[in-house]
Amino acid sequence: MPNLNRIKAIAEKEVFHILRDSRTLTIIFIMPLLQLIIFGYAMNMEIRQVPLVVDDSALNSSSQALIDAFIHTDYFHLVPKDEGILNPGELFKERRAQATLSIPQGFGKDSFTVLLKIDASDPNSAQMIQNYANGIVNNRFAIAGAGITLQPLILYNPDLKSSFFFVPGLIALILVMICALLTSISISREKEMGTMEQILVSPVSATEILLGKVLPYIFLGLMDALLILGVGMLLFQVPFRGEFIVFLGFTFLYVLTSLCLGLLVSTVAKTQQGAMMMALGMTLLPTLLLSGYMFPISSMPVILQKITYIIPARYYLQIIRGIMLKGNSVRHLYQSGLSLLIMSVTMLIIASRRFKLRLS
Amino acid sequence: MIHTEHLIKDFGAFRAVDDINLDIGKGEIFGFLGANGAGKTTAIRMIIGLVLPTSGQIIVDGLDISKGSEKVKHKIGYMSQKFSLYPDLKAIENLEFYAGIYQIPFRQALKNIQPIIEQFGLQDILKNRTEDLPMGYKQRLSLVAALVHDPPLVFLDEPTSGVDPQARREFWQVINDLAYAGKSVIVSTHFMDEAEYCHRVIIMQDGREVALGNPAELKAAHSSATMQELFLKVLGEDNAKPE
Repeated sequence: MPNLNRIKAIAEKEVFHILRDSRTLTIIFIMPLLQLIIFGYAMNMEIRQVPLVVDDSALNSSSQALIDAFIHTDYFHLVPKDEGILNPGELFKERRAQATLSIPQGFGKDSFTVLLKIDASDPNSAQMIQNYANGIVNNRFAIAGAGITLQPLILYNPDLKSSFFFVPGLIALILVMICALLTSISISREKEMGTMEQILVSPVSATEILLGKVLPYIFLGLMDALLILGVGMLLFQVPFRGEFIVFLGFTFLYVLTSLCLGLLVSTVAKTQQGAMMMALGMTLLPTLLLSGYMFPISSMPVILQKITYIIPARYYLQIIRGIMLKGNSVRHLYQSGLSLLIMSVTMLIIASRRFKLRLS
Repeated sequence: MIHTEHLIKDFGAFRAVDDINLDIGKGEIFGFLGANGAGKTTAIRMIIGLVLPTSGQIIVDGLDISKGSEKVKHKIGYMSQKFSLYPDLKAIENLEFYAGIYQIPFRQALKNIQPIIEQFGLQDILKNRTEDLPMGYKQRLSLVAALVHDPPLVFLDEPTSGVDPQARREFWQVINDLAYAGKSVIVSTHFMDEAEYCHRVIIMQDGREVALGNPAELKAAHSSATMQELFLKVLGEDNAKPE
């Protein structure tokens, strides 16, 4: 049976290390803020003020109403038509416009068809422009008698704000990175300094060492989650529609899973450098690419979809998006929570089995 | 207190320790002598259970060390070559930590080590960060840390390397007192003059025993005036080559 006093001794010592090492504190508190700001302002996926050239051959009230509908949004702004160049190809090459709208003669009387040309050298933006344009035409400028019209109703994030997408994702990413990094470094550092030898001579068991190492970081991980959440809500106005206690409970599970991942890394890595590389390698890219953060899991090849089941962030993303955007409660989330719990217990068991109480 | 039989350790094709047989008694100061790489550290690490022997048996105070039981670990105090202290912790916090992992209430641990702290003159530096301490203090603090749980067996792996002669003498005074109080002290060193302080020594070369016994008797048997001379003689004989 693990002994509580010995776990406490190790955990207390770990707290001293954390409080006195400015590098650890930097990783814990500055890195999330930096990432939040970089992702928040640089990796903006919304489009605004797309330069639009309009070629209006109809020149009637209908065509004017359509143009107004476009330019009265934040998405498009009208580029004055230059007599010389009208060819969209030229306009796009010179980057004077990203889209052109051609309205034929007779628009509004016998024809309701307009032509929108989009510069798709950046496919993401092109997609967004198309969506916005569709939205404007369908919702704000409803044209009667044009057959079936699709009326999409976008829930939870009607303005498709990208902050709603990256703040929850960033909580998932930063937590797993930092937690795995810190635990794996803290154990490999003891190996490097030789202090692990001293601990191994003592009656402390592998489980006690691992638990003592994990406990302080659970607290730090939760602090980090609150920090990102708070700053995210303040700077980017992300909503928080669920219950706080549910968030705390499930985030605790996720932090635990991430810490256990770090423990697993530390049983393999011999040096701090090795631990750092491995911890980052196992968390950064898999979380970005395979958790459903950047790319939807349903559109991945089957083999990659299978791999996503071992990415902790996959479950936590469902949880955090559910809580923040949809106001999910425990009954919607317990399956994902259970997956995280199973993962962390499994990793903890493997880690304490692999953790060698002897040097060789 | 310690009994080893045909102790062997291989690291791959390299035999680090080759057939070592020892019996170390209560209150004895026992020295491991030899050049770097002679197998002293590996032998000690096997006896305290840090390294598993390839073959052979180790009994420590009646218990088989290979079982790795908690009970036997409480009997062992160990000071490694690297002075395993946490540099960012204060001296006293280091001691508190080691008392904690041996489940000794710190007040009682302080009682155990108070005499040595005074003997070493460490009272005034207990509140200092360990990284700010000079080498000599770190070494002494490291020994004190190995004694917080009052173990009957104390293992010191090259405890005096990198320390000035005056500090070394003081250090050996404390080792003597420990043995006088009934503890068995096992020391490894490559300082030949320190061997004189030991009750018995084993001289090792390439993992093997080349001499074992009381320093005075060994010197007489090999008609050597000093340990240095003895050392060169036994190693030379064993190698059958002139030193």
